[in-house]
Amino acid sequence: MADQDLLETDQPLLVAESLSKSYGRIAACREVSFSLYPGEVLAIVGESGSGKSTLLQLLSGQLAASGGQVAYRMRDGVTRDLAALGEAERRLLFRTDWGFVHQDPAQGLRMAVSAGANVGERLMAVGWNHYGRIRETASDWLTRVEIDVARIDDAPRTYSGGMRQRLQIARNLVTGPRLVFMDEPTGGLDVSVQARLLDLLRNLVAELQLAVVIVTHDLAVARLLSHRVMVMKGGRVIETGLTDQVLDDPREPYTQLLVSSILPP
Amino acid sequence: MTAMIDIADANKTFTMHLQGGIELPVVRGVTFHVDPGECVVLSGPSGAGKSSILKMIFGNYRCDSGRIGIRHRGALIDLAAAEPRQVLNVRRATIGYVSQFLRAVPRVATIDVVAEPLIVNGMTRADAQARAGELLHRLNIPERLWQLPPATFSGGEQQRVNIARGFISDLPILLLDEPTASLDAANRAVVVALVAEKKRQGVAMVAIVHDDEIRHLIADRIVDVTGFAAAA
Repeated sequence: MADQDLLETDQPLLVAESLSKSYGRIAACREVSFSLYPGEVLAIVGESGSGKSTLLQLLSGQLAASGGQVAYRMRDGVTRDLAALGEAERRLLFRTDWGFVHQDPAQGLRMAVSAGANVGERLMAVGWNHYGRIRETASDWLTRVEIDVARIDDAPRTYSGGMRQRLQIARNLVTGPRLVFMDEPTGGLDVSVQARLLDLLRNLVAELQLAVVIVTHDLAVARLLSHRVMVMKGGRVIETGLTDQVLDDPREPYTQLLVSSILPP
Repeated sequence: MTAMIDIADANKTFTMHLQGGIELPVVRGVTFHVDPGECVVLSGPSGAGKSSILKMIFGNYRCDSGRIGIRHRGALIDLAAAEPRQVLNVRRATIGYVSQFLRAVPRVATIDVVAEPLIVNGMTRADAQARAGELLHRLNIPERLWQLPPATFSGGEQQRVNIARGFISDLPILLLDEPTASLDAANRAVVVALVAEKKRQGVAMVAIVHDDEIRHLIADRIVDVTGFAAAA
C-alpha cells in the first residue's frame, strides 16, 4: 500500500552516532547524531564554516571521522559500519546504491567525454555490457533531466551550467541509488536555472523515493526539497525538526537570525 | 462519539532572540475538541491567536506544553510530542490544511498542484487529474488555465486553486484559514457547499472565517479564542 505509515514499516537507512571530526584543535564537526529513513530528505543548513560540508563527507565515507560512526543498511538488509567496509565494498556502494551531486559539476562529471558516456559509465561499472541498451538507458535519462537527446554525443564542457548539473544528476541516478548526497546542488546557477533544477529534483526525489542528505545555505531550497532540517553552527547541530516547523517557528537565536535574513521575494 | 481533535491546555509563546529575548505570549490553556462531521469556527479579533492555533494543530508551530490529540488511523496521537516522521504521516493521511496563501512551486501546472495530494497517496495521475479537473470546474477556474502554473494568477484564482488542493483529498480532518477571504459571492457559495459535503462525509473541520454570513452558514459550534488570550 502506497500510504502505509513509514514509521511503522521502515528501518533507518543511515544512522550517524556522535560523529565528530577535528583538525588538530579545531573541531569541524561535533557529536552529530541522527537517523535517515528511506525516502526522507534531510537538509543541513548553516553558514560557511559551520561544518555542514565536513559532515557530508563524513556521512559519505570520504573522510575518516575522529569519533563516532556511520551505519548504513545495505541492499541485502544488513546494517554495516561504514568504517569497517573494505575499499572495494565502499566503491561499489558509491557506484550503485549511493549518489553524490557536487556543487561544481566538473567534479562529478568527466568533462571531456560525451554526455552519453558519462551516464553509461556508471552502468558499465556495475556490469552492463550491451552497448545498445546502455545508450538507450542513457538517452532515456537525458530526456528525464530535460537534455535534448541530440546532444548525447557532445561533451559536457560544451554544455551550459544548468545542463551540466542536470547531467550530473542523471549520471548519479541511472543506477537506481537509494541514497543521494548533494552539496549545494543549485549553488553556482542563475536564479531562473535554479528554479528549473529544483523542480526537477523535487519530482525525481518523490518519484524514485530517494533518501537525500542535502547541504545548502539557501533556506528556500531546504523548504522546497526537504522534510527535515538540521541547523549547524560551529560544528554542532543546534536545532532540528520538520522543515516548516524550524523555518516558521525557529527557536534558537542563530536559526531566528538565519530565517530573518531571507529577503522577501 | 470519539473526537477527531482533542486539545488540552496547549500553550505557545514566541521568544524573540533578536529583540533582546522578549517573550511574546501567543495562546495559553487552549482546550477544545472537534467531533467527526463537525465544523468548529474559531472567533476573536485579529491577533488573538486563531491562525497560531490552526498551525499548532497542523504541527507547524511547536507547543511549549499541553496536548494536541489527533485521531490518526484509529489511534490517538499527541502531535505536540510526535516525531517529525509521525507528523508527516499524520499530514499525509489525516490532516489537510488550506492556508490563506498558495505556496506555489515554480513550473508546476495548476492541475498537478491540485492533484498532487491524491498522487502522493497512491492514486494514478489520470484519476487524480480527473478529480482535480472536476473541482477546478466547480470553483470556476477556466480550463485554459489548468496547464499553467498558478504563480501568475490573480489573488482570488490562487485562493481557489488552494481550496481545490485542500478539498480534493479524503482526509478526515481539515483546517481552513480564511478560505473565502478573497472570493466573490458565487465562489463563496461553492466553498460553503464543499464544506457541507465534507461534513456529510464525517470530516472534522476547524475554520477561521471573518465573514459573518459565511460563519453562520458553516459553523456548528464557535470557540471564542479570546478565552485563550495569553495575558502578557
